[in-house]
Amino acid sequence: MIEIRNLTKKYGKFEVLKSINLDIKNNQIISLMGPNGSGKTTLIKSVLGLVIPECGDIIINGINTKSDFIYRKQIGYMPQTAYFPENLKVSEVIQIIKEIRKTEVDYDFELYETLNIENFSGKKISALSQGMKQKVSCAITFLFNPSILILDEPTAGLDPISAEILKNKILSESEKGKLILFTTHILNEVKELSNRMIFLLDGEVLFEKNIERISSGFESDTIFNELRELRKYYE
Amino acid sequence: MNNNLRIIKFIIIDIIKNKWLTTYTLFLLILTSVIILFSNDSNKAIISLTNVVLILIPLITVTFTSMHYYNSKEFIQMLLTQPIERKSVFIAEFSSLSISLTMAFLIGVILPLIFNGFSILILYMIISGTMLSLIFCAFSILISISFDEKIKGVGVSIFLWLFFSVIYDGIVLYIYFAFNSYPLENIVLFLTALNPVDISRILILLKLEISSLMGYTGANLQNILGNKTGLLLSLSVLVIWALTPFIIALKKFNKKNF
Repeated sequence: MIEIRNLTKKYGKFEVLKSINLDIKNNQIISLMGPNGSGKTTLIKSVLGLVIPECGDIIINGINTKSDFIYRKQIGYMPQTAYFPENLKVSEVIQIIKEIRKTEVDYDFELYETLNIENFSGKKISALSQGMKQKVSCAITFLFNPSILILDEPTAGLDPISAEILKNKILSESEKGKLILFTTHILNEVKELSNRMIFLLDGEVLFEKNIERISSGFESDTIFNELRELRKYYE
Repeated sequence: MNNNLRIIKFIIIDIIKNKWLTTYTLFLLILTSVIILFSNDSNKAIISLTNVVLILIPLITVTFTSMHYYNSKEFIQMLLTQPIERKSVFIAEFSSLSISLTMAFLIGVILPLIFNGFSILILYMIISGTMLSLIFCAFSILISISFDEKIKGVGVSIFLWLFFSVIYDGIVLYIYFAFNSYPLENIVLFLTALNPVDISRILILLKLEISSLMGYTGANLQNILGNKTGLLLSLSVLVIWALTPFIIALKKFNKKNF
């Protein structure tokens, strides 16, 4: 569970997050939406400890993120663009994370196998395309069976088949009771994947909405039309 | 093996596989061997190499460190999302860079010198080169953390090298000439302590016979820095020069937004 209390973040005089309060429970797939610069990535980065907030608290499964870094063991994070040391091999990058995590849980090799990472695990990162790096990042995110998954525009750099594999994985992991938080600009992803949507505008939660996940049919169209209403905020 | 050592191991593997470091090591190795080959006297070879150590090593260190930091920024971000302390990531990045650069210096400059015959001067050369690598690595990381833009960070790092290697000496010389009617020896000595490159230079030169050619200033420097206390004093100043930017950089890194 993620509890966010009065989270405020400023860059100079510019207030990126304005006293955000959120409760995100396990089992939920939350899509975080909002125009560019609305504070989505800053919110995610605050949860991960990459951004130090001015005030407020973030509590992950009962641990305040200010007091301990060990909470990150429960989080798998997939950044918008994956970067790894160019001179290392894919297998070496995975080995680094394995050694740092020292996790004793069962590894989840499903995405590693379905995305065929093994085929290029001996290659140097510099020899990979950005899409291939994104696949590696994707496999690493799920590898350690974390209870919380944070994905920043996860399908953005992936080919359609890999994106579909990832979406199915997100749904199956949610059924196991995991908390999944992802940012997106794609309305289809919101309705296909998430059961709750949070819309950020100028650093504030403009509205939240519980969405019944429906992949087709009339209700789906209704939700789609409602989501299209968001267009005005992007103008 | 703790987390620090694990990360250091992988960053060093990444650096070793980087062609620039190998080229730098080979360049130093060839340059040193050629200088030794063409100098009849090993002291003369050391004087020539002193300039290599004092000019080239800080320059390569600042350039390589800042380029590596900016190129690894996203990877550093990824490490920070893992269950690991920020301090550990910073120490691993600094240690990997300074170990690699110091090793390049030891293999490229010191190894051929030792093959040519060991002398106490080599020990002073090791101290100067290693400390300069650490000092400029710490400064360059501090600058890189302070500037998000790569071009600014690399530019300021190179300016720092230029300042300590060229501009600073110019300022001291100007003071010396402008106030030459006053007894300035102690002030010059104090100003020297404010520049790590100058301290390293004096540390080596005082052990060479040419210090006697430096006149009254040389005698004064020999008097103050030429004994064991002087050596310890110079070393302490160099350690302070390395520790200060390191501590400030660590504090900045702990508070930095990625």
